[in-house]
Amino acid sequence: MPMPETVSLRINGKELSVAPGTTVAAAILIAGHSAFRRSVAGTPRGPLCGMGICFECRVTVNGEPHARSCQIECMPGMEVRTGD
Amino acid sequence: MTEAHVSCDVLVVGGGPAGLTAAQVACESGAKTILLDDNPAFGGQIWRGAKHFRFDNKVLDLISDQTAAQLGTTDEPARLRKMPGWRVVAAPRPGVATAESLSETNSIHFQKLILATGARERFLPFPGWTLPNVMGAGGLQAMVKSGLPIAGKRVVIAGTGPLLLAVAEYLKQCRADVRLIAEQASGSSLFRFGLSLTSHPAKLFQAAMLKARLLTVPYLTDCWVTRAEGKDTLERVCLRQESKSWQLECDYLATGFHLIPNTELAELMGCAIENGCVKVDEDQQTSVPNVYCAGEPTGIGGVEKSVVEGRIAGLAAAGLAQEARKYHAVWRHCARFAGRLNETFRLREELKALSTDETFVCRCEDVTLAQLRECSTWRAAKLHRRCGMGPCQGRICGPAVEFLFGWKPESVRPPVFPARVESLTQADVEEKSS
Repeated sequence: MPMPETVSLRINGKELSVAPGTTVAAAILIAGHSAFRRSVAGTPRGPLCGMGICFECRVTVNGEPHARSCQIECMPGMEVRTGD
Repeated sequence: MTEAHVSCDVLVVGGGPAGLTAAQVACESGAKTILLDDNPAFGGQIWRGAKHFRFDNKVLDLISDQTAAQLGTTDEPARLRKMPGWRVVAAPRPGVATAESLSETNSIHFQKLILATGARERFLPFPGWTLPNVMGAGGLQAMVKSGLPIAGKRVVIAGTGPLLLAVAEYLKQCRADVRLIAEQASGSSLFRFGLSLTSHPAKLFQAAMLKARLLTVPYLTDCWVTRAEGKDTLERVCLRQESKSWQLECDYLATGFHLIPNTELAELMGCAIENGCVKVDEDQQTSVPNVYCAGEPTGIGGVEKSVVEGRIAGLAAAGLAQEARKYHAVWRHCARFAGRLNETFRLREELKALSTDETFVCRCEDVTLAQLRECSTWRAAKLHRRCGMGPCQGRICGPAVEFLFGWKPESVRPPVFPARVESLTQADVEEKSS
């Protein structure tokens, strides 16, 4: 089966096309957001471990909060929200 | 939500070099095998992004497409079922593991269990380490492998261990502007290590060092990052080598201080731990009968050690321990190399003085160094300051706190990862049905 050339999703309401297999974390960085969320003390945070252990890259995916964006591949029509 | 249960002879947790080898060997030996991994694709950290796994002249498909993977492709035996994107969150009773994916929970019933949970990077706190774009060395590599464009980006790689070289080489290939590799180990210990390298696994390390030189990336020993600076994201790092200190502008800092075995699942199963590693016998069996462990959790040693341990564990779990003994000589060779490796990249004392009172040590709960100084044990730090009580469950701050204060983390309790309530309910039902 031929792979689609790009996958379109929305990050904070803005449309973005990425290569298939791109993780949500990489897509968020491509969209220009380096701060994915705020820590309990309010400091900006982004991905650290890249392998699903540190939980620093968590964002809201399709309404589901606390999703580890480095462990999820972009899917067509996905709605991603950062900054929660 | 669907609740289900599946059963197998051998359950392999972790799809890196050790787990892939163990799963392949076990199912070839006639065992009905399930291989699961937390990540959406197999390969582990080192083979992340690879499409195939070559083993004994056979090729396994590593692509995450579940239906294709489960049916088995290429030379893959149908006895092997692959479950990418699943992780074990609880072990309600012997012979049962509760696993969950993004949307489902499953009880997996097994005769034998092989833990191949790999390792994670050790992170040490320093001022500014929580800034966005400060990532692990392996962390940044993983991000690039999963789609982050890095061409032309200025990267500083710092910390300790052979991984720094591998990451530098990879990022250079992706046309990143790698400005510096800062290795905290002393030049003299690296030189001694270099002299002791005379054979295979070691040769790979030499090759990596040589390549880093050929790639014209400055490689400084006795050198480390003292702080990271930037407004809301990383802008520059401050470095020190002996009495010299200077700043370097960069887009990313890739930092890691060698590796820490992932022993949490083994601990949950009740396996004995010795010097931070899972204790195994010569068949790779842990202190718990029918539970085996292979690869980095038994001691950091790299891909060759992981593969040979995966082979021994896979054979032993399939009832072929005698056959597995053929590989003991190779194993001893790899273990000797591992010993020298860990000695060479031991952390220097000066790194303990990097954090200031305000530096967050526990990133989940934002616990500062000053707050930790008021505590006397890991337990006190947890109870008074919630250190290690956040989503990562101390996986990041635990090794840092152990280095800074010498406190050992306490026993692991289920769930080993934050889990859905359905998964815990199902684990509870399994526990009661025992």
